Amino acid sequence: MSPDFLKLIFGRLGLDSLPLHEPILVGTFAMVALGGITLLAGLTYFRLWGYLWREWFTTVDHKRIGIMYMILGIVMLLRGFADALMMRAQQALAFGGSDGFLPSHHYDQVFTAHGVIMIFFVAMPLVTGLMNYVVPLQIGARDVSFPFLNNFSFWMTVGGAVLVMASLFIGEFARTGWLAYPPLSNIGYSPDVGVDYYIWALQVAGVGTTLSGINLICTIVKLRCPGMTMMKMPVFTWTSLCTNVLIVASFPVLTVVLALLSLDRYVGTNFFTNDFGGSPMMYVNLIWIWGHPEVYILVLPAFGIFSEVTSTFSGKRLFGYTSMVYATVVITILSYLVWLHHFFTMGSGASVNSFFGITTMIISIPTGAKMFNWLFTMYRGRIRFELPMMWTIAFMLTFVLGGMTGVLLAVPPADFVLHNSLFLIAHFHNVIIGGVVFGAFAGINYWFPKAFGFNLDVFWGKLSFWFWVVGFYLAFMPLYVLGLMGVTRRLRVFDDPSLQIWFVIAAIGAGLVFLGILSMLMQFAVSFLKREQLKDVTGDPWDARTLEWATSSPPPDYNFAFTPVVHDNDAWWDMKKRGYQRPLTGFKPIHMPSSTGTGIILAGFATAMGFGLIWYIWWLAAASFFAMLAVGIGHTFNYHRDFDIPADDVVRAEDARTKLLVGAK
Amino acid sequence: MNTDIHAAHADDHHHGGSHAHGTFSTYMLGFVLSVVLTAIPFWLVMSGALPSKQITALVIMAFAVVQIVVHMIYFLHMNTTSENGWSMMALIFTIVMVVIALSGSLWVMNHLNSNMMPIHQMSGMK
Repeated sequence: MSPDFLKLIFGRLGLDSLPLHEPILVGTFAMVALGGITLLAGLTYFRLWGYLWREWFTTVDHKRIGIMYMILGIVMLLRGFADALMMRAQQALAFGGSDGFLPSHHYDQVFTAHGVIMIFFVAMPLVTGLMNYVVPLQIGARDVSFPFLNNFSFWMTVGGAVLVMASLFIGEFARTGWLAYPPLSNIGYSPDVGVDYYIWALQVAGVGTTLSGINLICTIVKLRCPGMTMMKMPVFTWTSLCTNVLIVASFPVLTVVLALLSLDRYVGTNFFTNDFGGSPMMYVNLIWIWGHPEVYILVLPAFGIFSEVTSTFSGKRLFGYTSMVYATVVITILSYLVWLHHFFTMGSGASVNSFFGITTMIISIPTGAKMFNWLFTMYRGRIRFELPMMWTIAFMLTFVLGGMTGVLLAVPPADFVLHNSLFLIAHFHNVIIGGVVFGAFAGINYWFPKAFGFNLDVFWGKLSFWFWVVGFYLAFMPLYVLGLMGVTRRLRVFDDPSLQIWFVIAAIGAGLVFLGILSMLMQFAVSFLKREQLKDVTGDPWDARTLEWATSSPPPDYNFAFTPVVHDNDAWWDMKKRGYQRPLTGFKPIHMPSSTGTGIILAGFATAMGFGLIWYIWWLAAASFFAMLAVGIGHTFNYHRDFDIPADDVVRAEDARTKLLVGAK
Repeated sequence: MNTDIHAAHADDHHHGGSHAHGTFSTYMLGFVLSVVLTAIPFWLVMSGALPSKQITALVIMAFAVVQIVVHMIYFLHMNTTSENGWSMMALIFTIVMVVIALSGSLWVMNHLNSNMMPIHQMSGMK
């Protein structure tokens, strides 16, 4: 076999691409392979493949797709958190001449992968999953506007995650930091496959994110039930609308920036090179035009969750609904006007820095207004300290702290001191964990009984809560201190022994957070085993206020047998107050979209194309591309896109619920 | 795909005031306008009627903007009331975003260019 021939078939992929010289990776691979084989064998033994394919992989039901997004987010959280533990351990150990246990080549991949995974494949799936599950139910719809597109979007996100995971064992990941700034990410300084993995993972997942954004905007604008005007929408639906508007407006910028970077890398253009008229600064500018809205994409739905939770568990209508909506819209617009605060130090000069510093400070005003709205909702409310409310209160305390350090960083002279320091790291973990992650956990604890028909176990939930909150403070408060002392981010070894104690405290904090994650997994397992005791038959375990609680838990495939009619904010609360009677007769067949395997097949080819492009396996890339075209065109000839749930089935499902409800009383 | 869902909501969501898909004459008008708006820039370039290339380029850009508006009105049937005003709102939002991104980038990059690129004098620092 000539080398040319091998190169034609395998591109630059060879046996030396496998990281056999890295004992940590070999060990991890052995564990993952063992676990994977056990899982696959189990699925085969229990004959679950057909069930999974029919009921889950090919489903167009927004509820199941939402649940699959959540599973993806939690699985990827384990990977991203493993990276975090390695970094904390490395930094706690690498003092006094010790080199720690991670070589620089590996350490640089670890911090890059941590950032990329946590933002794109943990936070985004958790947020998208909750929106997917809850929004159609909250607006009284039977599904999203484009159910097939929803399935396709999910599998594209999975495709991106698969590429990132593949980089662990085949080749390597980027060593550039999570935004892959050139010139470091250009071909001259990063000739390996790492940055290509980064580019194609994000491009494949980005298609999914953008399409799901379009889908949810369309759903919210077009499928609201009768009577639900814009100003009667639940706040979570409002924040979801704004988030998806942000997604649709900002993700194309990311796509274009990464496309230009790949042109630089693949065909030798000079958009972001140092010479021939290229400008790496343009990359930094463009990627933050996407990057700043991205953080609001993540946190706005979390704000929505906290609004629902606060008003439900305070037993009161949300204080200042209108101001909450306007604050959300103002944040949506303002989030496009602050991107330069990520690179004050690049040298734009005083006038530019002042402008963006001031816009950044202004954005804290609507956010502060929201905080007061939540406080006033709780004021004189009958507060029940259930798990979602506990997460909400932890959020309110933690996020205010993160917000204040954010305003501090918005002052350009202060930023010149703190830029790229651990202070910044502490700040953004403070707002992302305190805001997005706590929000996702509040949402999971809040909506879990809706999705599965039984509550989550409180003991393990509380354990997880306290481990997470205490662990978070222990892990990140030392980083504020270190940052003020001038320690910069992404360092692998340290000379000054007096710093070590802070890193040790941070590592202990990370250990506690790890226990928090394990407790949460325990919580799921225990709740599943105790599902008969924890059963929710009413469909409204929290005495809640919005429409998703009007239907059964878990909701039937069709969500609502009759489309609800809304007269007031907090529609379900209003219905309960007016003595709403569930209709028991007169059910009609319900028109629903059919499942299709096209989404997963298309995403599979897209992932294969990404893999081909990463390794220069041109035949694979071309073949996958044309296969995608063929499958896409073929799908347009699929005329079996919908079916009717017969009236008998609806009657049976609704009668079963009637019996349950009678039994509950 | 789920026409039933749409039907169920039809009483709440009218498809805008005038959901006309245009008539033969409006399509012709749009077509003729587009042809004229394309022909004039061609003529400007080929005849060199304007004194400088820069002015020519600016004029062509202006024609392109008008062309976009013509397409939106005559081919995409956009007006202030279509889709309950959502089309108009989306358009305004898009324009705001594009203006922010473009003008902001030009402003920022111009400053970076004058401050940070080695060939320039540091006295350009603003």
